[in-house]
Amino acid sequence: MSNDNAVLYDKPGPKAKARDRLFTIVFTIVFAALAAWVVYTAYGRDIFNDRWSVLWDPAKGQTAFDVWVTSILISGIWGTLKPVIIAIPIALVLALILTILRQSPVWIARVPARVATEIFRGIPVLLVMYFGVIALEIDPLWAVVLGLVAYNMAVVAEILRAGIAALPSGQKEAGLSIGLSPLQTMLQIQLPQAVRIMLPALISQIVVLLKDSSLGFIIGYSDLLKTGKDNYNFFGEPTTVVFILIISVVYILINMSVSRLATYIEGRMRTKSKTVAGLGGGPTVQAPGGNVSNMSQVGLGSTQTSTVKAKKDKGEGHKHKGKHKGI
Amino acid sequence: MGALIDNADLVWKAFTMTLWLSLSAGVLSLIWGVILAGFRVSPIGPLRTFGSAYVTVFRNTPLTLLFLFLLVGAPPLLGIQVALGEAMAITAMTLYTATFVCEVVRSGVNSVGVGQAEAARSIGLTFFQTLGQIILPQAFRSVIPPLINVYIAHVKNTSVAAGFAVFELTSAAKRISNLNPADVVAIFAGIGICYLLITIPMGLSSQRIERKVAIAR
Repeated sequence: MSNDNAVLYDKPGPKAKARDRLFTIVFTIVFAALAAWVVYTAYGRDIFNDRWSVLWDPAKGQTAFDVWVTSILISGIWGTLKPVIIAIPIALVLALILTILRQSPVWIARVPARVATEIFRGIPVLLVMYFGVIALEIDPLWAVVLGLVAYNMAVVAEILRAGIAALPSGQKEAGLSIGLSPLQTMLQIQLPQAVRIMLPALISQIVVLLKDSSLGFIIGYSDLLKTGKDNYNFFGEPTTVVFILIISVVYILINMSVSRLATYIEGRMRTKSKTVAGLGGGPTVQAPGGNVSNMSQVGLGSTQTSTVKAKKDKGEGHKHKGKHKGI
Repeated sequence: MGALIDNADLVWKAFTMTLWLSLSAGVLSLIWGVILAGFRVSPIGPLRTFGSAYVTVFRNTPLTLLFLFLLVGAPPLLGIQVALGEAMAITAMTLYTATFVCEVVRSGVNSVGVGQAEAARSIGLTFFQTLGQIILPQAFRSVIPPLINVYIAHVKNTSVAAGFAVFELTSAAKRISNLNPADVVAIFAGIGICYLLITIPMGLSSQRIERKVAIAR
């Protein structure tokens, strides 16, 4: 932590150390007081009464197994994961098709792919989901899948395009010069390398998918949020807090582990696979990844440095970015 | 398209609401995000801890859950009751978007050359002077394009408010198509265009600015 902040201030001398220590103590006290106040007032509203027993000894003839496994795990977590698991392969395939079309020399293939990408990146996922429910009258599960696929195929197509653009042009030229067709060059030479370079960005996109799947709650799909709501409706108003907190923790844990995975893979790529890194011209090969992922990834590791390098080393930085990278 | 024209007043009302949510929550999240970024680069440990904890929690929480938390979780837990509707939408979106603003600004701060801060310190500027007069003005240049991308996502995220009693574009699509079941496809296309009217110019301006900044660097 401290070493990436070292830019802004000197190594503290005795005076600064004393001052920082003072501030550290003051702010620790302030935050501790704030936390204590929150707990105290919550205590005043009887938060810590027997409502929590719903988690180990639920009322209404239910067992803890019913709450945790049948409801939260099977109905809730699986409900949230299901559309994501269905949507990922479909979105990947469509993204590949879009990427190939966008690199096509024929405008009639290139332009529609470009238009589709721009449209689906620019409209809200929820609008597409509502379109599925209201206009296509499909099952909410498939409406959620539709929304996730429409948006993510466009975003993944952008990520892959950035990855291809980051490859040295020699890769394509070499492919063509040994007699591969442009399509073969794309499929056998460029895409495999692009996917590899952009793996961290692709994985952090899964976090976006997981978060967006919660929009299904609004269109009436039964996901983790809906399960929480069903539970507190069933066990009564006092248990609302309990289930909201449980659901939040589950979401945060799932998303954090996926983000960690992305950071881990990115770190491993940087240290171990020099061959891939070498192709793109040293560390800059991470550049588009840093750019694309800088909204979901930047804080986790050293991505920010690669973002900077991207801008410095590649004048065409504007071409490589996950523009509407979802929040 | 007829249904949309017949309901032009509803669409206009919804469009202005989407704009209003985007702008008000946008400004507030910019302020809060810059403060958080300040926390995260500050020399004081507890502030850094608070900043990174906040970002971790809010970045990994879906916006829908944040709305739901404000609706049913915050009143008993924190004793805070935010009125359902606009106020809740603005609160939730501010808390949410601020994390992304924070991360973009922080990476911008890290992108300014070390020599700049060293020079500032060597002429005796304090931490806040260094940050405010030397680092941030330079950081903002490289921060603006990714910041616009954050706000494009922010504009699209205002649609979540449709699920929580706010009448904006997505709610308009829903209501008008319930009234005119025959025109559903045209209605959704029209509302989609309304969003694109906001997001595509933003995307283009981001590209343009990025190109300019890239030359300057």
